[in-house]
Amino acid sequence: MIVLWTDGLIFILVLAIAVSITLMLRKPHFKRPLAKITQSKTGMVSLVVLLCFAGIGLLDSVHYKDSKTQDIISLLDHFARPLTERSEKTYSAPFSAYLYSKEMIIGEDGLEKWDYPRLKYGGAHLNNPEQEKWPDILSKAATGFGKGVVLALLLYLIFWMICGRKLAESFRPATKAALLTLFLVISLFYMLAYLSHWYHVLGTDKVGEDVFYQTLKSIRTGLVIGTLTTLMMLPLAIGFGIMAGFFRGWVDDVIQFVYTTLNSIPGVLLIAASILMVQVYMANHAEQFTSVLVRADMRLLFLCLILGVTSWTGLCRMLRAETLKLREMEFVQAAESLGVTRPTILIRHILPNVMHIVLISVVLDFSSLVLAEAVLSYINIGVDPTTYSWGNMINGARLEMARDPVVWWSLSAAFLFMFTLVLAANLFADTVRNAFDPRRAEHG
Amino acid sequence: MIQYIIRRVAYAIPLLLAVNILTFVLFFVVNSPDDMARMQLGQKHVTEQAINNWKHQHGYDLPLLWNAEQSGLEKLRQTIFYQKSIGLFLFDFGISDSGRNIGHDISERMWPSLALALPSLIVGLLVNITVALMMVLFRNSYLELGTIVLCVILMSISSLFYIIGGQFFIGKILKLVPISGYDSGFSAIKFLILPIIISVISGLGAGARWYRTLFLEEVEKDYVRTARAKGLSEVQVLFRHVLKNAMIPILTGVVVVLPLLFMGSLIMESFFSIPGLGSYTIDAINRQDFAIVRSMVFLGSVLYILGLLMTDISYTWVDPRVRLS
Repeated sequence: MIVLWTDGLIFILVLAIAVSITLMLRKPHFKRPLAKITQSKTGMVSLVVLLCFAGIGLLDSVHYKDSKTQDIISLLDHFARPLTERSEKTYSAPFSAYLYSKEMIIGEDGLEKWDYPRLKYGGAHLNNPEQEKWPDILSKAATGFGKGVVLALLLYLIFWMICGRKLAESFRPATKAALLTLFLVISLFYMLAYLSHWYHVLGTDKVGEDVFYQTLKSIRTGLVIGTLTTLMMLPLAIGFGIMAGFFRGWVDDVIQFVYTTLNSIPGVLLIAASILMVQVYMANHAEQFTSVLVRADMRLLFLCLILGVTSWTGLCRMLRAETLKLREMEFVQAAESLGVTRPTILIRHILPNVMHIVLISVVLDFSSLVLAEAVLSYINIGVDPTTYSWGNMINGARLEMARDPVVWWSLSAAFLFMFTLVLAANLFADTVRNAFDPRRAEHG
Repeated sequence: MIQYIIRRVAYAIPLLLAVNILTFVLFFVVNSPDDMARMQLGQKHVTEQAINNWKHQHGYDLPLLWNAEQSGLEKLRQTIFYQKSIGLFLFDFGISDSGRNIGHDISERMWPSLALALPSLIVGLLVNITVALMMVLFRNSYLELGTIVLCVILMSISSLFYIIGGQFFIGKILKLVPISGYDSGFSAIKFLILPIIISVISGLGAGARWYRTLFLEEVEKDYVRTARAKGLSEVQVLFRHVLKNAMIPILTGVVVVLPLLFMGSLIMESFFSIPGLGSYTIDAINRQDFAIVRSMVFLGSVLYILGLLMTDISYTWVDPRVRLS
């Protein structure tokens, strides 16, 4: 078991989320909005989709050293081993049995001819792909989907046996929708995984690597950027925000000066400058980064750090404004006149009352960070080129749009997965905001 | 008013100084001028002499912050920090690491950037506000619901998708406009149409939703009810009263980005090969040309601070209650 930096932080984050949810469930003013989220259909459906992504991301975050090849691989790599081992020579379309480009091949009659060769793995079990392929795909898809359905039903059955009665009592339309989504996701995913034994369901890329595998690996990068950045940004934003609002005077002046300075530097340029520096540092200290994976991981972490530094100012300003309002409220005045020390007031009285703003902004930021990753990778100031990420996939496939026939699958796969994740995140963010924003909550 | 502006300009100086120190630390302390020289000249087979020549040529052969060999004020002045910063403050950007005059490049490349960014902003603003007003006009109907769903979908799609998709379908398959490139004068229009359309569409989802919340907040206020009670139609209420009052938050968002339009859009310009400041910056980043990146950071900060000042002044125009002091 090898714990990379980002792995460790991810698990800390998961722990922190779990702890904060249990804590929130104890407080009635948090329990009510949380209950409201569970009643919202779109909220629950998008939450299920997000959790599925998170599940894959977590699987991909457990790294260990493979005993055979001595490579550092993750659990996801372990499960997807057939996919990684079955690489073709170059591009091939989804479900294709032939390579994308022509080659000199030896035909059945023993003569050399200039034609599309068969793939080494994709559809290799077929004798006559032209006629057999689609019926074969359909029957295999049906089998895979059927098995997926059975698997999902089994899971439900176990779930039902464990907490059946409680579930039946709270069987609301939203729960039903969520369960249905989960059911569909499991079945479809199982179907794709099943089909991957025989075909490249999303084609292969330039060096013949399976695109489906690449998109799955990219999920972790997207999630890491979306979540760890928040982890980096929160201490800065919360600490400075409430301190500026509460102490005012010179503290406020200094903090405002700091965030105006940071804000006035164009974000992309600051990121670019920092990433350039890291590159130079890594080039000069190559001995500290033993493997490619460790180096890519450090760069990913650093990207999160720098994104956090550039993005805390917005939340900080909001928290400052809210604290300015709160400190004039009666309960804070009362605490002050009773002689409660200032740090205690900050932690006991101010902090809990701005938490809803923090929560809303964290969820809202997630989707824009995932989108930002793709753009940054495109300008080469994002994640390491060896890291699997949607940005890198898009960047690699972009130039192939000029080819004829068009190589569309890498791009489409990256966009589709990114779209699903971001859409789910956006919808969930809306639900969270509607539930927690006091101004919206009044309207029902 | 004048006094206020003077004070704000004075406040800008420490800000810019801080920006400068920050970028200086980022660029020079983490990697020394030696590293930079090696990067520019290539990692292998570089003689000590070549590095020293390069450093001397670009003015990097001085100590970083403190020159102990000189006396008096010269101790501070004969340093890389002082020499490079003073040039920036006088808007004399010097020469880039690859030997070009940055100031000249900027003044030349600013116009294509502006030609793309300004129409994108104006058209985008008009479209966003129109869609938002429509949503407010038809609120609580299926039309509104449909538009909201569309907005969420639009804002969930990566901007790269709009660009690549747009170039592919409109440029390559339909052949309506050239895929990329630029031309001087009015013939640039055919190159600019597609990027403008794409930037409007990619900003529509988030923009329209944001303006909708602004308008909805206004719609519930008392003066709107009074206007309706006077017998004004809903359209009149929206355009004559709500829009006017929602101008303040709209202005905050727009005026602050106005000066930054000069900087151009990094992504759009490099995808459509428009020779603006955005693609200039990207090229510099990819070539690891620190002198250009540093100048652009400084320019960006100046323009941002200018934007903040303009926002404050514009408040006094739209809102008579605001007095600057």
